[in-house]
Amino acid sequence: MRNFDYVAPTSLAEAVQAFGQAGDKARALAGGTDIIDQIRIGRRTPELLIDTKRVPEMMVFEGDGAGGLRIGAALPLSRVRDDAMVQSTFPALATASGLVGAVQIQNRATLGGNVGNAAPSGDTIPPLVVLGGTVVIAGPRGTREEPVGDIFAGPGQMTLAPDECLVEFRVPAPKANSSSYYVRFIPRAEMDIAVVGVGVALTLNGGGQIEDVNISLASVAPTPVRATDAEDVLRGETLTAALAREAGEQAEHHASPISDVRGSADYRRELTKVLTRRAVAACAAQLGVNVS
Amino acid sequence: MTTTNRRIVQFTVNGNSVEVAITPRQTLLEVVRDDLGLTGAKEGCSNGNCGSCTIEVDGVTINSCCALGVEMDGREVNTIEGLAPGNDLHPIQKAYMENGGFQCGICTPGFILSTDHLLKMISNPTEEEIRLHLAGNLCRCTGYDKIVRSVQAAAEDMNS
Repeated sequence: MRNFDYVAPTSLAEAVQAFGQAGDKARALAGGTDIIDQIRIGRRTPELLIDTKRVPEMMVFEGDGAGGLRIGAALPLSRVRDDAMVQSTFPALATASGLVGAVQIQNRATLGGNVGNAAPSGDTIPPLVVLGGTVVIAGPRGTREEPVGDIFAGPGQMTLAPDECLVEFRVPAPKANSSSYYVRFIPRAEMDIAVVGVGVALTLNGGGQIEDVNISLASVAPTPVRATDAEDVLRGETLTAALAREAGEQAEHHASPISDVRGSADYRRELTKVLTRRAVAACAAQLGVNVS
Repeated sequence: MTTTNRRIVQFTVNGNSVEVAITPRQTLLEVVRDDLGLTGAKEGCSNGNCGSCTIEVDGVTINSCCALGVEMDGREVNTIEGLAPGNDLHPIQKAYMENGGFQCGICTPGFILSTDHLLKMISNPTEEEIRLHLAGNLCRCTGYDKIVRSVQAAAEDMNS
């Protein structure tokens, strides 16, 4: 493997200084499950890896005091996957955290890495987006908080400046009578990358109608996208099997997929319809509304 | 930056404190095999798919081909060599032997450490839980059925 330097800051201030000085010559090393392979095959050539796992702010995992959650960008996904509060309150995020690679990968890989790689297929991204997740970004010009859905510029590219870094994710408390669901299609049982992934977060009102719904699609566009047309046909309505199907049809408007080794563009468009329908129905079923 | 940016890294391996002078580009797998002479963990795919390099760091299994040696400062590393004391075999190792859980053996140290990790989390796993937990370990000899049976036998032995 090509050589590089390595630092392991032990405070956020040190980390910000390291990223600030190195700029685009540095990459974050959190779980390492992508960056080390990327260096080995020559796809990325950083001069410096900044290990973020000894920065306390990047390893935080605690409630926000208002029913929401703070998850450090360098915390292993297995911690998210196995957490009882995540499983009960943010089920889509628990599911997705258990789908990234196998157990050995989940013991190392992180939300910061899965999001920061900005792959259109990142499994944890649709759940974070539909749950209203934000990410804290630090850099030499200060700290800011952005909606997770707003930080993607294209495949493998975030909107962050080269001297900025991801610190933590914040997921707000869901409203009463809410649930979330993530489903992806892969041609085998485990260990693959989503051909299409769909995240749904749903809130029902007292009358059982859909008060609010967020839908996010993975692997169908250069960045993760919101399926707002599908959300619009659902909002205010009582869910039926026909309406779930219509939401799938509407979701396809937001799919502009490519054909690659994992599936053709046509196949991905069809999957978008089917998986959106299933994800909406499954999410509603978690709230006791069964339409299928 | 030079190609000799070695640094001293201290951690424990199988309970013993070690100190190595390594460069950042050395993976944990390379450090364990080449610097420490522990060759149980194998290099297979080199990209985190096959699990033949599986070792335990701070109580959880990882792919050591996708970790750097320099990250290990102060951490607890356990390899297949440390699973059982002396010349004894661990119940999981015995179960793999008695149930034909390996043939060529390249993948076996990784499978056994993944099994150990599973049984620490779930002492009596279902077949589905076993297959899910071992999805990151590939075997090209056995067809997996005998591995599943080995894990079930190990769980039974360790729970009795």
